[in-house]
Amino acid sequence: MRIAVLSDIHANAEAFEACLADAARRGARRHVLLGDLVGYGADPHRVLDRAQALAAEGAVIVKGNHDEAAVLDRGGMTADAAAAAAWTREVLDAAQKEFLASLPMEVEEEDRLYVHADAAEPTRWHYLRDAEDARRSLDAVPSRVMLCGHVHVPALYGLTAAAKLVAFKPVPGVGVPLTRPRRWVGVLGAVGQPRDGNPAACYAMLDEAANELTLHRVPYDIESAAAKIRAAGLPERLAARLFRGQ
Amino acid sequence: MAQARLREGEEIDGFLIGAPLHVGGMAALWEVTHPDHELPMVMKVPRIAEGEDPAAIVSFEMEQMILPRLAGPHVPRFVASGGFDRQPYLVMERIPGKSLVSLLDALPLPVERVAELGARVAEALDALHRQHVVHLDVKPSNILLRAGGEAVLVDFGLSHHRQLPDLMEEEFRLPYGTAPYMAPEQIMGIRCEPRSDIFALGAMLYFFTTGERPFGDPQRLSGLKRRLWRDPVPPRKLRPDCPDWLQELVLRCLEVPPERRHPTASQLAFELRHPDQVPLTARARKLAQDGWAAATRRRFHPDHKPRFDRVPSVGEEAAIAPIVAVAVDLPAEDPALHAALRETVGHILATLPGARLACVNVLRQNRIALDTTLDEQGRNKHLQRLVELRHWAAPLALPEGRITFHVLEATSPAAAILEHARVNGIDHIVMGARAGSLRRRMLGSVSGEVAAEAPCSVTVVRARGGGGAEALPAEASAG
Repeated sequence: MRIAVLSDIHANAEAFEACLADAARRGARRHVLLGDLVGYGADPHRVLDRAQALAAEGAVIVKGNHDEAAVLDRGGMTADAAAAAAWTREVLDAAQKEFLASLPMEVEEEDRLYVHADAAEPTRWHYLRDAEDARRSLDAVPSRVMLCGHVHVPALYGLTAAAKLVAFKPVPGVGVPLTRPRRWVGVLGAVGQPRDGNPAACYAMLDEAANELTLHRVPYDIESAAAKIRAAGLPERLAARLFRGQ
Repeated sequence: MAQARLREGEEIDGFLIGAPLHVGGMAALWEVTHPDHELPMVMKVPRIAEGEDPAAIVSFEMEQMILPRLAGPHVPRFVASGGFDRQPYLVMERIPGKSLVSLLDALPLPVERVAELGARVAEALDALHRQHVVHLDVKPSNILLRAGGEAVLVDFGLSHHRQLPDLMEEEFRLPYGTAPYMAPEQIMGIRCEPRSDIFALGAMLYFFTTGERPFGDPQRLSGLKRRLWRDPVPPRKLRPDCPDWLQELVLRCLEVPPERRHPTASQLAFELRHPDQVPLTARARKLAQDGWAAATRRRFHPDHKPRFDRVPSVGEEAAIAPIVAVAVDLPAEDPALHAALRETVGHILATLPGARLACVNVLRQNRIALDTTLDEQGRNKHLQRLVELRHWAAPLALPEGRITFHVLEATSPAAAILEHARVNGIDHIVMGARAGSLRRRMLGSVSGEVAAEAPCSVTVVRARGGGGAEALPAEASAG
């Protein structure tokens, strides 16, 4: 079975829809959303409607730090993120907040673990920026494969029995075999706010039969997504960075 | 990871184990059959018993990743691979025949045989490099020949795939490879340089030509590193009848900085197939190694020590160093078209400093007079065409080494151009569209046929206003 894994959608409905359409064309049968459905972007309603519909069909959804902040202000965010979170809290209704609040921190499925950030301390929202971070996460969990987001820059780390780590920048469209018995950490890029210099939306396809993870980049209507951010009165930088992918 | 050794007659996932074929340092090969697969097959099984080289298992994992992604006649066809639950294995096509190791008893080989084998292996390497893989263990035992003559590369356990994680690189500090053939940069731990394979092929060609290995078979790292500063004895010193062009090619392959070697295996194959067109440098005539002063400088002086850059994983070499063929009509029927053709070629070459140009002209043969073409008149005609080709190309001002000239004698120009493109691994054909002459209406369009059938891109050039009312567009590209 093919599973589309999407992370850091950030209320960017245009990017989300484009990725879902691309995944459908490539034969995705299930969906996993790795958190941060909202925050930064200005179309949380459409994104949440679609996410809830996917959940009803059996999609796995875990909670991200922006989903948490959309329900309750816990501080600790950058100025732009805090402004977007405050705006999101205002526009969401009680049912939507309840949906976000009900999301689990992590979900285990077969030999895989889905989590938004560092699996060692999921509620602390640490970034997995390098092989050492990935190693700490992997040491804390029994799963063979761990998939997360949060960083907005895609990377893949492989761990051997000799406890050495292989860091790799995945090439879009080229499937990487998640060979056994090696353990792997996949850090997905962002659907709704890529930061690796490529503005195209980023998601991954997990092919269970082939045991392969393939990263895909999908162009989407950035103009419309940015226009909504500006119309909502959110910080201009949140609109501008979508065009640069930074 | 404990496992029982395989036995003949056992079955794994439907594969019936046959006779053991080979036990190597890292893996064993068994003959296998399967009711669903008709082709002859071998099963490769890693050696992962306790106490054995941990590289064996990582190298097996790499091969399991890489082999299923390779296609074409120059690699064994992938059939199946199995996980680690019981017995890891890899099943692939069995290539009948012996590896090039069988030639080692008959060294040195005749020069023509060295060139032919070299071209075959270079073509296989080019096919591999175009699929984003550097082999990194090119040696006689890893090369087999198909009945049709194509070289087949086997054993991708040390290979590097530019689009996949490199498990070997992260795992081991010591370089893995085969001592007599390993490129200097590979010894220094660089695993992403396709020209490392060109070096290994050069070491093989040196061995085939002289009967001796250029750097011996060192067993320690210090011995391996010697090739970074000590140049090999020139082949002509060991074999006086080694032609200068062959020494030129072999020593260029063995250059320490990769950028001094041929930019692509395809360009090397091209030169091995056209010895008369190899540009000769000082390498060609060398009869002695560099003096001790030069070698000592390279060994100890910080400014003269070779340095290797990690190659950024940018575009493929073939894309930046392609072979462009231009088909030139002679004698010039249409001077405007001749000029337009040259201008187009000039633009293409200006953007690709690594590209080389093959100027091709087809000397049409009369079917009936085929047997009399080798007379004096025929030779003169051939020579005259070469002179005219050089004259056509002169304004391009390309240095020797970037340009070659070929007069093909054939009854069908289109078939001759297509064959030339196939045999020589041409990446791009540029040719003129003949104006709407009576001849073209009678015979059909040569450029049309080439564009339709070519194995590469084709650009058809037409002089503006010179073509009259023609159906074809002024310029068309076909993938």
